[in-house]
Formats: sequence, structure tokens, C-alpha cells
Amino acid sequence: MNLTLLIVIPLITLLGIMLTRSAHAARVTALVGSIVQLGLSIALLILYQQARTEGNDALMLFEVDHVWFEKWNIHYHIGVDGISVAMILLTSFVMVAGILVSWNIATMTKEFFFLLVLLGTGAFGFFISLDLFTMFFFFELSVIPKYLLIAIWGSGKKEYSAMKLALMLMGGSALVLAGVLLLNYQSAVGVPGGTYDIMILSTMKIPMEAQLFIFPLIFVGFAVLSAMFPFHTWAPDGHSSAPTAASMFLAGISMKLGGYGCLRVAMWLMPEAAREYAPIIVLLAVIGIVYGAFVTLHQKDIKLMNAYSSVSHCGFVLLGLGMMTLTSTTGAVLQMISHGIMTALFFAVIGMIYERAHTRIGSELGGLLKVMPFIGSVFIIAGLTSLGLPGFSGFVAEMTVFVGSFQVTGMFYRICTLLGCMSIVVTAVYILRASGISLLGPVKNPEYLKLGDAKWNEKAAAILLVSCIVIMGTMPWWLADMVNASSGVIIGNIPLMQAPE
Amino acid sequence: MNWMEYISFMRLELVLLAVLVILLIWKVGSDEALNPIVIQLINFSLLGVAILAFCCPVEGTLFGGMFVATKMAAMQKGILAFAAFLICLSANEWLKKHSNYLEFYMMLIAVLAGMFYMISSGHFLMFYLGLELATIPLAALAAFDFEKQRSSESGVKMILSSAFSSAILLFGISFIYGSCGSLYFSDVAQRAGSEPIDLIAFGFIIAGFAFKISAVPFHLWTADVYEGAPVPVTAFLSVVSKGAAIFVFTSTLYSVFAGMQGSWTLIISVIAVVTMTLGNLMAMRQKSIKRFLAFSSITQVGYLLIAVAAASAQSYTSLIYFILIYVFSNLGAFAVVSVISDRTGKENIGDYASLYKSNPSLAIIMTLAVFSLAGIPPTAGFFGKLFLLASGASEGMVWVIIIACLNMVISLYYYLRIVKAMFVDKREDPLAQIKLSHSELITLVICVAGILATGFFSQVFDHISTVTFGVQ
Repeated sequence: MNLTLLIVIPLITLLGIMLTRSAHAARVTALVGSIVQLGLSIALLILYQQARTEGNDALMLFEVDHVWFEKWNIHYHIGVDGISVAMILLTSFVMVAGILVSWNIATMTKEFFFLLVLLGTGAFGFFISLDLFTMFFFFELSVIPKYLLIAIWGSGKKEYSAMKLALMLMGGSALVLAGVLLLNYQSAVGVPGGTYDIMILSTMKIPMEAQLFIFPLIFVGFAVLSAMFPFHTWAPDGHSSAPTAASMFLAGISMKLGGYGCLRVAMWLMPEAAREYAPIIVLLAVIGIVYGAFVTLHQKDIKLMNAYSSVSHCGFVLLGLGMMTLTSTTGAVLQMISHGIMTALFFAVIGMIYERAHTRIGSELGGLLKVMPFIGSVFIIAGLTSLGLPGFSGFVAEMTVFVGSFQVTGMFYRICTLLGCMSIVVTAVYILRASGISLLGPVKNPEYLKLGDAKWNEKAAAILLVSCIVIMGTMPWWLADMVNASSGVIIGNIPLMQAPE
Repeated sequence: MNWMEYISFMRLELVLLAVLVILLIWKVGSDEALNPIVIQLINFSLLGVAILAFCCPVEGTLFGGMFVATKMAAMQKGILAFAAFLICLSANEWLKKHSNYLEFYMMLIAVLAGMFYMISSGHFLMFYLGLELATIPLAALAAFDFEKQRSSESGVKMILSSAFSSAILLFGISFIYGSCGSLYFSDVAQRAGSEPIDLIAFGFIIAGFAFKISAVPFHLWTADVYEGAPVPVTAFLSVVSKGAAIFVFTSTLYSVFAGMQGSWTLIISVIAVVTMTLGNLMAMRQKSIKRFLAFSSITQVGYLLIAVAAASAQSYTSLIYFILIYVFSNLGAFAVVSVISDRTGKENIGDYASLYKSNPSLAIIMTLAVFSLAGIPPTAGFFGKLFLLASGASEGMVWVIIIACLNMVISLYYYLRIVKAMFVDKREDPLAQIKLSHSELITLVICVAGILATGFFSQVFDHISTVTFGVQ
């Protein structure tokens, strides 16, 4: 399969949106484009699985390599492994759902869908890139659409949140850029002129001293995106101000760019430094998990609640990565996908409730399950996924992270794992409480009795995401096996932890 | 050597001088009605000069080594002539209302000719002659809106600070003569660095250049002059004049002072870091869009100096490449500012509120230009800035690169302010809908095409590198 199609289709969609004359034509174009893209991603999954069962054990499949800037040794090098295929699937599902949910955007419709698809384009390009320069190009491409989406269509203190988000993410990418350039400088020892190619860099031994300097730059740069403590502060503000679809994209796609970058670039290319920094990563991850969970407890606004719980859930991703065992890393990738879908669903439902009730404060809602049974049930499904109920994707992912983390011996790691596990209880508290307050009981506000249930587009989006959650929760093996094989390659590079003396 | 060769070495300058002479004669006994056509002819003669520079490059020397024609110089002149063409095209509407617009072209062409001689000089006197030819008419241009007080003030500031910096430069050159006994670049290159006095001379020369390219701490004149001058002149100052100064500075460093590289790499890195940081911090606080662009151009110079300090074939290529992109992006921004200032007379960032509602295409072009200045993909500025940084990184300038990367974040803040004003801010009385003239439309289309295409097509970079590789 020609992977360039994954970038070309969104580009054609963008062009189509630009050429449309009416708002309706724009959203239909966006939807058609994203559905074609979803079809393409599923085809990619099937082709990938086929190639693997036929015994093709190359690291990357469907590779394409063109020279771009010859003097800089910059290539347009793309290819996928199991992790990228999973990420591409996630992105295309969230994209379709996000476009469906924002069907009724009234102001500047064309521009809204243009920016949404542009953000998606950046993500697709990022996940298939095997050249650090190309990768960084797509990474940056997805920063500015977020700013505009929040600043123009957002609510509350949107300008502040949008600027904060843009600057923090840009700060992250500045660190990544510095790291990438220095990595290129280091590689000049082995390849004349240096290289940006991930495949070549991964086989290269970069001096320890350089690794220790560059690893934090790249890891932190990417981790800002996945809201690592203490760089998480953009997330609550950004999510709570963003329009529904932007929140879905932000939490469902954009935060995953961070986790993927940490794994693919920082850990794969600098394995020895990764081992050195593992305790710090684990510590920050656990602080994020526990702190995020407790802050969530205090939120009255259900959107803000979900935003903080994202910080906590993304902590599991970093915990899985930081433990650096095969199982925990696979778990981290699964958690990225599970959280991406779950959180997109959650934000979508919260958006639907807000659109009808015009409040997001849990205590002002109440009894909504009677008024809007479909939306209410989806809210509960999303909540149960979030707290890790077996049968849904959250359980599979978090369980894998914990099992993997427990394989690491040592007092410090054990305590961290336990703390992480225990935060699940806190999650249960806030999820169940929020569901109880806003959905169950008598209808508090008689005005709400007039509200209608979900429309076709909202139902379609919710059903799409719920089916992903259920499929992943009940039949995780196809995804887990695919991811496992590829994360094995990355983890295989990392030296084993030395036994405590 | 026959006369054909003489002409071909100096063809660009000769064309400019011919246009200048014809203009002077035309001015004496002209038919006013034909002036608009004459103006378009001059515009396209500038484009012709640019094309002439890029095709059929020849190399050789004239006047016993005073004037050196190289492929590199031809390319640099081509870029500058092209930028001047874009500026004239976008200034057309504004000039039509002005009583003495033929003088604008005379002075502009004189400045351009001065820059060309400066770039091609092989001798310090030739260089100084070109510099003055490029400076004095420029000050007159800055004062071109002579009924406005600010414009005259800007002209006076310009001429005073230029005279000051020229004096410093001359002082440095006199020291060079004292220690080397010659002012030919080739002679100086062999001897420079052997005597302690060379270092003093070199310090003065760097200071003089730093004035011209407005590097910190010699940047103080920039914002005032930019603010007062008419918009097209500001555009000329910030793109063509700055570009020429950077080109000459770089080639002087690389050829004349190559032997002293050890002592200037560090100095220039420090100036680079300070310049970009201070330019950034000042740009954040500006309310006038022209002052804002002035400080943003100071920041860009900071980035350029990284490549100057790196001093490799890669960095030289990146430098020329960046200036080419800078021509498109900065002139794109200035074209929009020029249109708005011409029609409404408004020059504050606050006046741009809700621009997207009334003039969507202008707002989008401004956004693209601003993103290109900030280095956001998919604009060409991303590639330009990244290559500047990469050329620094490949020389191992670790901390400079890290600070430069962080500076990109600060600069994003104020570039986003413009975007925010246009797309997000609400205003009771947004600017009226503006109808673009043909020449403005052409300028904007060229700039947008340049902003979008220059990055993706690596052929541009490769073409520049065919000239720069092997220079050193």
C-alpha cells in the first residue's frame, strides 16, 4: 500500500473544503474525506496483518524513501510498524467522530472544518514519518490549528487558554527541535553530513554523554504534549475552553503525538539514556496520575473533570513507557489508543449535554438519563471505560500497564506501581459521582424536560466510538499482538536494569 | 579582454544606470500623461535585472580588481532586484497620489546600484563608495513623505546614524590600511590577523556592519526610522537594505577576515543570541505594526547571524536561502500593511481587528506571511529557519541552538497576536472592504506563491548550493 495516500487524501479534502461555496458542502466534503481516510486506515490494518502473517518481519512495512533536501541528507522516508498502524486507526476514528459531532457549527463553518482536517493531516504525517525532519514538520503543522480552533470557536477564557496551549506546545516542540538538531550533529560521526533517518539512527551508537544531554530535551519536549507533570497546565485550560471537536482532537489525537514521539524518537534512538532517566520518568508519571486524580475529585464542571482525568490517564502512558518492560510498553500504547477513543467519546457526550442544557456544572444537571436516554447511556459507557471496567478497552490497557510495571523489581518501582493502581479507586469515585449527580435522580430543572435526545450525527459518532471501545475491550489480542511485536523492537534496544546492589 | 566582456561583467549595474539616466531625461521634458506607463516600464526593468542576474552568470574582474563579478554576487543581486521589483509593484497605488513619484524611482535605483557595487567590490574604497551610494538616497527616501513630520524625522535619524556608522567603518578601514598597506580584499585576506591592530580594525568594522544590519546593541535607530518612513520605504529598508548589508558582511567575513575566524565566531554567536532575544522582547510590546515589523526584523537578523557564525558552505547556502524566503514573507506582510495604510491610513495592530470579516483574503495572506516569519510549517519560513539552525548545529553550537529554539516560542507569541487581532478580536468599526489594484494583486500572488513553494521545492536550495559550495 502506498502510505503517501494517507497524507494525500486529507490534502485533497482540504482543497475540496477551500473550494466549496456553502457551509453544508464544506462539512459534507470533510465527512466524506474523513470516511475515505478511515476506510484507508482499515485497509492498511488488514494489509499490515496479512503481510505479517505471511512472514514479512521487516521492522517497517510499506517503506518509501525519497531524497528531499540532498545537501542536508533530509529524506521523505515513510513506513509503518504495529504501533503506527494502531495510531493511524485511532486518528481516523476520532477524526470521523469529531467531524460528525461538529455538524452544527454555525460560525465560519468552512474554516472550522479546514482547521480540523489540517490538524488531522499533521497527525497522519507524524505517525508515518521515519525521518526526523519530516516528522518534525508534521508535528509543528498540528500546533497552530489548535490555537485557532480554541481562540475562535472556544468558550470561557478562550484567548488565554489558546495562547497558553500554543506557547506550551511550541515550547515542547522547540525542545524537540533542539534535540533533533543535536542528534543530527552527533550522527555526523557515523554518516558524513549527519542523518535524520530514524532507521539509521536507531542502529547507531550515540555516545553516552550526548545521549544524557539530548534525551531530556526530546523526551520532555514530547511529554509536554501528553501532559506530563509539571507541564500539564495547558491541558485543563485548553480542554475546557475548546469547542467539542477540538477537545476530542486535542485529547484523542494530539496528546498521543507526545506519547508516540517519546517512544519512537527518545526511547528508541537513545536507549541507554532512557534507562538512566527511567526513575525520573516513572516518578513524574506517578505524580501526574495521583495528582491528576485528586484534582479531578474537586471539579464541579464535568468537562474540566474530564480534562484533569486526561492528565491522570496520560500518566499511565508515561508510567508504562518509564517502566520499560515489553508488557508495560505495549500497555502504554494500548492506553494511548484506549484513552484516545474513550476521551473523545467523553468530550463528545459532554458537548452534547452542554449544547442542550447550557451548563456543564454537574450539580445543576440531574436526571438527564430520563430526558435523553441515548446520551445518558453513552456517558455511562464512557465513564465505565474510564474507570477500567472489564469488557471495555480501559481495562485491557490499564491492566497491561500494571502487569508490565509489576515485572520491574525494586522498592521504588513497586511503590510507584501501587500508587498508580490505587488511583483507580479515586477514578471510580469521581466518575460514579459525576454520573450519579448529572444523570440519575429526579430532573432538577423542569426546563430540561423539553430537551431532545441525540440527533443522527451525534448517534453515529457515539456508536462509532463505543463500538471501538467494545471491540478493543473484548478482543484485544489482535491489537495487542500487533503492538507487542513492534514495541519489542524498541524495548530490545534498552539495556536491562542493573540488579540493585 | 574585449568590451563585450566588460559589459557582461557589469551588465546589471549598467542597466540600472541606463534606466536612471533615461528617467532623468524624461523628468526634464516629460509628458505627465504617460507617467503611469513609464512607471510600469521601470518596474519591469527591475524584474529584467533580476532575471538577467540569474541567467548567464559570468565571472571576472574589472578595473584591476576593484570590481569583481562572481556567480554568488550575481545571485545576491538578483534576489535584491527582485525584492525591489516587488516593493515598487506594491507601492504603485501610494506613488500615484504622490506629487514627485519619479524621484522615488530615481533614488531607489541609485540605492540599488550602490548596493550592487558594494556586493561586487574587491577593494575597500569601492566598497565604501557603494555603501554611501546606497545610504544617502535611502535617507532621502525615508523622508519622502515630506509634508509629514515623522517622515522627515525618520530621514534625519537615518542619515545621522548612517553617517555615524560609516565613520566607524572608515576608521576600521584606515587601521586595516595601516597594518596591511593595501585595501584590496585579496591582499588584506593574506595579512589580516597577523598584527594586534588588525583586531581593533576588525572590531570597528564589525561595529559598522552591526549598525547597518541593526544588530543589538546597534539597533536603536531601527524602530524609529521604520516607523516614520513611508511603508514601501520601510519595506525596502527591512528587506533589501538589510539583505544587502548581510550579504556584504558575510562575504567580507568569509573572504577578507577568513584568517581570523577563531576570533569572530564567538563574537558573532553572542551578538546573534543577544539580538534575537532583545528583538523578541521588544517586539512583544509594540502597538504600531511598523515598529512591530522592525523589531521582528531585528530578531530575524539574530537568526541569520547564527549561519554567519557557523561559516560553512551549508550555512552560506542557508543564509541566502533564508533571505530569499524572507523577501517573500516580509514583503507579503508589508504589502498588506501598505495596502491598508494607503487606503485607510491606519497603522496600528489594533486597527487590524476583525480584518478577516471585512477582507478575508488580506487576512489570510497576512497570516501566511506572519507564520512564515515565525517559522511555522507548511510555509517556507519553516524550512529557512530550520536550515539556519541546522547549519549552526552542524558546527556544534549547542547553546546557541537551544536559545534560538526557545526564542522561536517567544516570537510565536507576538506573531500570534497579529493573527488573533485579525481572526478573533471584535471591533465595532472594522476596516472597510478594500479593492486591490492589479499591481497589488500581482505582488500578493507572487509573495504567497513564494511563501508556499520555496520550501517544498528543494531545487531552490540545491540551486543556491551550486553557487555557494566551493566558494570557501
